[in-house]
Amino acid sequence: MRKLPPVVAVLALAAAACSSNSASDTPATDGSAAATAAAKPLAGVAIEIAAKWTGDEQASFEKVLRAFEEKTGAKVTYASTGEDTGAYLGPRIQGGNPPDVAVLPQPGLVQQYADQKSLKPLSSEVLTQIDQNYTPYWKELGSAGGQVYGVLVKAAHKSTIWYRQSAFDDAGAQEAATWDDLIGKTAQTLADSGTAPFALCAASGWTLTDLFENVYLSSAGPENYDKLAKHEIPWTDPSVTTALEKMAQIFGKKDFMLGGSSGALQTDFPTCVTQVYGQKKAAMVIEADFVASSAAQSGAAIGEEAKIMPFPKAGDTEPVVLGGDVAVALKDSKGGMALLEFLASKEGGDIWAKEPGYLSPNRNVSPDNYPSELTKKLAQTIISAGEAVRYDMSDLAPSAFGGTDGKGEWKHLQDFLRDPKDIKGIQQKLEADAAKAYAK
Amino acid sequence: MTERLDGQQAPGGGLAAGASPGPTETEPQMTRPPTAGKAAMRLGPSPKMAVLFLLPALVLLAAWVIYPIVYSILRSLYDAAGDRFVGLENYAAIFTDTSTLTTIRNNIIWVVVAPLIVTVLGLIFAVLTERIRWATAFKLVLFMPMAVSLLAAGVIFRLVYEQDPDKGVANAVITTVHDAFSSSQGYPGARPRENDQAPVVVKDGAVVTRQPAQPGQQVLIPLVGLNQDAVAGAAPAKAAGSGGLSGTVWLDVVRGGGGTVNQIDGVEKGLAGITVEAVADGQVKATTETSADGTFYFSGLASGSYDIRLPQSNFEAPFNGLSWLGPTLITPAIIGAYIWVWAGFAMVLIAAGLSAIPRDALEAARIDGATEWQVFRRITVPLLAPVLLVVFVTMVINVLKVFDLVFIIAPGSVQPQANVIALEMWRVSFGGGGNQGMGSALAIFLLVLVLPFMIFNIRRFRRDER
Repeated sequence: MRKLPPVVAVLALAAAACSSNSASDTPATDGSAAATAAAKPLAGVAIEIAAKWTGDEQASFEKVLRAFEEKTGAKVTYASTGEDTGAYLGPRIQGGNPPDVAVLPQPGLVQQYADQKSLKPLSSEVLTQIDQNYTPYWKELGSAGGQVYGVLVKAAHKSTIWYRQSAFDDAGAQEAATWDDLIGKTAQTLADSGTAPFALCAASGWTLTDLFENVYLSSAGPENYDKLAKHEIPWTDPSVTTALEKMAQIFGKKDFMLGGSSGALQTDFPTCVTQVYGQKKAAMVIEADFVASSAAQSGAAIGEEAKIMPFPKAGDTEPVVLGGDVAVALKDSKGGMALLEFLASKEGGDIWAKEPGYLSPNRNVSPDNYPSELTKKLAQTIISAGEAVRYDMSDLAPSAFGGTDGKGEWKHLQDFLRDPKDIKGIQQKLEADAAKAYAK
Repeated sequence: MTERLDGQQAPGGGLAAGASPGPTETEPQMTRPPTAGKAAMRLGPSPKMAVLFLLPALVLLAAWVIYPIVYSILRSLYDAAGDRFVGLENYAAIFTDTSTLTTIRNNIIWVVVAPLIVTVLGLIFAVLTERIRWATAFKLVLFMPMAVSLLAAGVIFRLVYEQDPDKGVANAVITTVHDAFSSSQGYPGARPRENDQAPVVVKDGAVVTRQPAQPGQQVLIPLVGLNQDAVAGAAPAKAAGSGGLSGTVWLDVVRGGGGTVNQIDGVEKGLAGITVEAVADGQVKATTETSADGTFYFSGLASGSYDIRLPQSNFEAPFNGLSWLGPTLITPAIIGAYIWVWAGFAMVLIAAGLSAIPRDALEAARIDGATEWQVFRRITVPLLAPVLLVVFVTMVINVLKVFDLVFIIAPGSVQPQANVIALEMWRVSFGGGGNQGMGSALAIFLLVLVLPFMIFNIRRFRRDER
């Protein structure tokens, strides 16, 4: 399982190479096959949608697509982009043969592709659905240069800490409501009982950025969060120092991390989940709602052995950080817009919500649709937090800074974990790379 | 039988007719002289024919080799978006960016180390397999990694280099060997509580009492940080009886929490076999060991005050092998995987060369009294030199382009340290960087590095043909 991402990425690379070759030979077909059955508005129209989902996630999504086909008569083809959506889409866009609709894993890509003029503005029908179902923050996330290009179709709740109930029972540890309690009581009690409190998956740099974002949103507040996300304040800001100091309370203690920092840096996601629920070597994983599937694979019952606590307050704000996927139109086709309209609607969201592992950012999708109590609880926090919710900062940054293995924020937070004493030095390196990436 | 006879008869008749001068001569003139005439000018088909047959290859070469190279050169002169001409800026960036310089440094390490080791190992294997009985089987096994794709080889070695000795073979071997010589016994991870109420503290790795103790006193040394399951079979801790300087070392943790901190609660386990020292004025005055219930006694100590110390040896973590996938060892580790894949290939090539060298030269040397080493050093290696050079240069070209093994074996956190040019090229153009101008510049840089070796190899082949 853990070997999958590189493999997938290589496959994506191969696929990208192939498609870029064929693109020059075969002119783009617009999916306008002759309409045969007039009863359904899009009968016979072929639509291609590309997203990174595979396995169960893909199966769930294809159920939504089937519902759309039933309703409209269109024929939707799903293409998996692999882990690296940019590497898949880039050559296809350059070759003049993009899919009708693509689901981008980061809003940063919306900006990037809008700058390259690869995106098509959404039709008024889609905009109506967005205005009905989403708060303005989400609408803004899918926009670039004042123009709305994308709709957030799937959310990931990143302000959760997963813990193993049996480890907490053995140690007599309790859920923590504040960061100081988490470090001073919960983690310390666990460490004293001989169980490593945290299994960090630091080989996957994005898990560290998620941790930083929660601590920063909580300690510095949403205004600073927005400023830092837009690089309006530098990474050398004192508020960043505070957040890094708090993280150093974990990174600086060998007993707090399974395998110490060198062990953590060699562990990628979801191996850390296995370490907690499968090997039972550690007690907590700081990651998003999607840990559930890996925890279940390790044999833990969700809600009994595998439980979540909201990310504790490290300051005045209760952090709610979301990740999510944004659907955009790459071709100005009728079918593509209709599909986007369906995905943005309550109707489409309700169908999707009945599948496991899905969380909707659509405020009109009723939490009652979700199959598990846990998802219902998470959905409630998103809806009730409303305007205070923030999107994953590293995904808002240019991908050269916030989304590349071995570069920018990923690299420097990993270096910080390796040597948590040099906070000032790390901040300077972060700022240098951020300045370079945001300048482009 | 008759058919054959008939068949032979027909050309026989023709020959007979041709041999005899006369009117029948026209027939051979029609067929034979034209071919004979052409053969005198050129062997093989007409130039038009040659072009026709070469055309598919030329088209493919143009489309897949020449066009991409030309386009990459052009693209490398433009910026990330591809619409602003930047001249040689991208090339300048290669030599100023520290992370790209790391990739160049790593490529140099690769080129210096990997081809040499692969060639030398190949030579050794080739020479040795000549001597052994099961040579074919041995060669087959060594050649087997070539049958595995590099991607799969990368996945295999990612597991081999896993830090946890229970998973990674490399560390399993090292720890087994290490433990055969010195095994650590004790309580790794055990430590005092980290607060001011704890009666003991960590000093230079050893656990020392805060207050000095006098004979007649009972010292409490509560420790934490050990997993309950590690001491499941231990006896419950007891307070030490009086008499001399005595005390108890125990695990001050109750399953499920609770219990009084720094007090022996009856269910808490004693830690047996811990070395305890009584120290006065920096000198160890007496040494003892805890018994099954965690108690220890110093008898016959002179009166005075003593620090009770549990030396570091009690808490030493077991040797856990090397961090193969850590930042320092990652490049050597990946080179190891590369050698595993390619040594067999080198062996097969060199063995082929070996079978072609004249046996009589070896025989002559042996008869003249040369030792086996001298034969190898003075006869075999010089005669094999052309083959060795070809293998070496091929490996250099191969190593310059190394990509997949690095991509798969190095975890995300050490990829900056393990990075090589080919991987960096892919990363900046597609893997999140989105800068295909820079990627093209790196591709051209790589091409320039490979080119001299390619030319060298082609020249060699030409010379050999002559």
